[in-house]
Amino acid sequence: MKYAKLLLSLLGTLGIFFLLNTKIGALPPLGKFLSPASGIWQNETDESISGEVMIPGLQEEVVVHYDAQLIPHVFAQNDHDLYKAQGYLTAKHRLWQIEFQTYAASGRLSEIFGEGALEYDRTERRRGMGYGADQAMAYMEKYDQETLAFVQDYADGVNAYINQLEPEDYPVEYKLLDYKPEAWTAKKTALLLMYMTKMLAGGDDDLEYTNTLRLIGKENFDLLFPDFFDVNDPVIPKETDWSFIDVPQTPSPGSEAVLDTIKETISKPNPDNGSNNWAVSGAKSSTGNPILANDPHLGLNLPSIWFVMQLSTPEYNAFGATIPGALGVISGFNQHISWGETNATRDVIDWYKIEFNQDRTQYQYDGSWKDVKVRVEEIKIKNQAAYIDSVLYTHHGPVVYDKNFKSDSEWSGYAMKWVGHEGGNNQKTFLQLNRAKNYEDYTAALQYWNAPAQNFVFASTEGDIALWIQGKFPNKWEGQGKFLMDGSKPENDWQSYIPQAYNAHTKNPERGFVSSANQHPVDEAYPYYVFNDGYETYRNRVINDFFNSKEEFSIQDFKDLHNNNDNLKAAELVPYMLETMDASGLTADEKVIYEEMKAWKFNNDIDEVGPSIWRQWYGKLYGLVWDEFDSEETALASPYTYQTIYLLKNQGDHKFMDIVETEDKTETAQDLFLLAFKEAAARLKEIKEEEGSYTWANYKGTYAGHLLQGLPAFSRFDIPIGGDRNIVNATSENHGPSWRMIVEMSSPPTALGIYPGGQSGNPGSKYYDDFIDDWAAGEYHSLNFLQSSEKTDKVIETQTLKPARDE
Amino acid sequence: MNNKILNFIATIVFTFLFGLFLPWWSIMVAAFLSALLLPLEKWSSFLVPFSAIFFYWGIQAFVISSRNDFILAGKISELLQLGGSPDVLIFVTGVIGGLAAGIAAILGRETKVLLLSKT
Repeated sequence: MKYAKLLLSLLGTLGIFFLLNTKIGALPPLGKFLSPASGIWQNETDESISGEVMIPGLQEEVVVHYDAQLIPHVFAQNDHDLYKAQGYLTAKHRLWQIEFQTYAASGRLSEIFGEGALEYDRTERRRGMGYGADQAMAYMEKYDQETLAFVQDYADGVNAYINQLEPEDYPVEYKLLDYKPEAWTAKKTALLLMYMTKMLAGGDDDLEYTNTLRLIGKENFDLLFPDFFDVNDPVIPKETDWSFIDVPQTPSPGSEAVLDTIKETISKPNPDNGSNNWAVSGAKSSTGNPILANDPHLGLNLPSIWFVMQLSTPEYNAFGATIPGALGVISGFNQHISWGETNATRDVIDWYKIEFNQDRTQYQYDGSWKDVKVRVEEIKIKNQAAYIDSVLYTHHGPVVYDKNFKSDSEWSGYAMKWVGHEGGNNQKTFLQLNRAKNYEDYTAALQYWNAPAQNFVFASTEGDIALWIQGKFPNKWEGQGKFLMDGSKPENDWQSYIPQAYNAHTKNPERGFVSSANQHPVDEAYPYYVFNDGYETYRNRVINDFFNSKEEFSIQDFKDLHNNNDNLKAAELVPYMLETMDASGLTADEKVIYEEMKAWKFNNDIDEVGPSIWRQWYGKLYGLVWDEFDSEETALASPYTYQTIYLLKNQGDHKFMDIVETEDKTETAQDLFLLAFKEAAARLKEIKEEEGSYTWANYKGTYAGHLLQGLPAFSRFDIPIGGDRNIVNATSENHGPSWRMIVEMSSPPTALGIYPGGQSGNPGSKYYDDFIDDWAAGEYHSLNFLQSSEKTDKVIETQTLKPARDE
Repeated sequence: MNNKILNFIATIVFTFLFGLFLPWWSIMVAAFLSALLLPLEKWSSFLVPFSAIFFYWGIQAFVISSRNDFILAGKISELLQLGGSPDVLIFVTGVIGGLAAGIAAILGRETKVLLLSKT
């Protein structure tokens, strides 16, 4: 009896220990998790930002002033200390985020989440994310030891922070998922840069286009996917003289596309990833100083993709938005210049069909056989044996699709050629921009930049404004890479690159401003083939019309433009629909919505109902127009919005307007307007019944989701902000201006900046999401540009990082 | 003072001491040891260490969290589907700690019974 009781209580004790010490399903190990001494209660605090901290490897003291926004102002005595401090401070405020992003970049999420993430991980491995990072590391090792040393300093800084932590200090996400941080490495910075490259230059539709071409023929394809739209207000002004370019476009070899049927393609980055930037010259500025603005449109996440810092040494003083994991300021300014980026959206991914030999060790090329290289990807899986994926590499790049992945073809596959695999030196560009003093330094910094191609806007205190479209661009023959190509023919390879000096750019243009909004980079006069990679056609026209509308522009004008909610897309179609649609048969309920639409001034403010009606109406209409493209058998491309509207207005009786299902009737655009309107009205009525109203704020429900699959408890919902995609204020549901910056090039520059998040990555900190309300209201924070390490009244706390003496 | 009060105090003191070098399960070791040294009868052997840790963890959680306006407690309460109330999370924290301590204390008592019967 005694023994039985003892045994029973022993089992009970072991049982409760196991239950409370183990992660079960989504439930964290509750004993560990809720213990006041080591669990989440230890995260119920702000970061400590005062006193002294010992950091191994520092050469001299680094002073870090914090202002009321928790922005660290870093004063180091040399570059090595500066990047150590940047690594240390980034880890201090964003440790879980920087590590999680590199796990995501390298296809290692299965280590954290288990088998559910395997498909994602395999995709990233086959996309060659790790391979690309290896190439970048190899490049730095061979050609740029200096940059590599700085990247290593940053890693040392991150590790100095990690090494100071006890398990109770780990960010709350580690406790929730029950794992712990690993050491940071230089390669993780390379992986993070690959992550950005994928986000901004990792999308393409070549395989979808191939299917579409096969399905609808060349004539229809060219109608739906033209290289240029009938309106074009390009990044580089139309009147630019290209006569200095003396290297011709690659002549066309007359290759034919390979018209395979591709059922399924790999996941793509969000096509809304884009941005605005612009600058006005001193002559066009109300103060006489150039003014520059930038707002990158990315997923709205918490912790935010940006972390604002001031980074200075006695030689230079840079300030602006950093990307946790990368060195230097990415979008910002120093005492002499300011800069910012938008995505150049160029086609730098092409696909090649590969024919293998019998044992898949060789592939056909130029009439003979070439050896395949194998990269073995070991994907570790939580609580399970690792998954081994052997990815075959050709001289084009990785064979992403083959019999082991999204294809059942035994002896062939599709290889990806991506400039992201070429091993660039992107980090160097930012390090140089942070130090740049003038236009020459800016252009010198840009030459290292390969991908993702960006529109780098520039303004200086000397009075220059400029914009370079920088990236490493293949010099393609006309039409090259639009569709799947035969990988065995040498003429289909990228033959050469556009010389960097011939990348499209403009300096101090006559019109007195430069701007970019992911639209077409150039017009037809530019002597190289520029494929229409889904260029934006609305924001750019609103921005350029605004800058052409008057003589002088103030900071207030810049703010107004950032927050401009004009819906040009709706303005170009709605009046035509209202005018030509037969509204006589509408029901009383529908009539109300019809009148609401008529009263709308094409403005996406939060209390309007017009934007919600438009979204519903156009959404239904688009589906009806392109019902031909609704296929589960093959992956097809979605025709462009601009071209869809063009066809609706100009070719309303085109056979695409006909609904395939209704065999006895041939619909025209006008029929579709009415059908779509009725469907939209029915849905809007439902929304009204479910949610009380369909005002735009309510309908859209903008939110900033936590990086961990949008974990609701750590996210912010129903953020009251207007705008939408294709609007200058590009805020849609979970995407939008992730950083807004305005810099006036006074001496020293004065700047405003804000982003939808907060400096702290800790959901328990009041600094976690404290910028969101001001951001939504269209307000800005003054960026306190400290001119020396002297403490000012803007400084709330100071922390000194001191060299740790060797023990 | 009776054993209940002594056991209550000892459990907290041991938890504090073991907590200096052991992780969260220091409460289980503490409750086990208290039960060995200060054995209790029947339900008390569970309820006293349970209450000791319920209050010890609960009060600590409350004090830490109140200094930060309960920001994280509210979010974790939502995360664990406890309705977003910090108070409920603090209560649950106390119960979880109390359960672990109480069960370990029963093991302590049974061990003590066995030891006594052998000598």
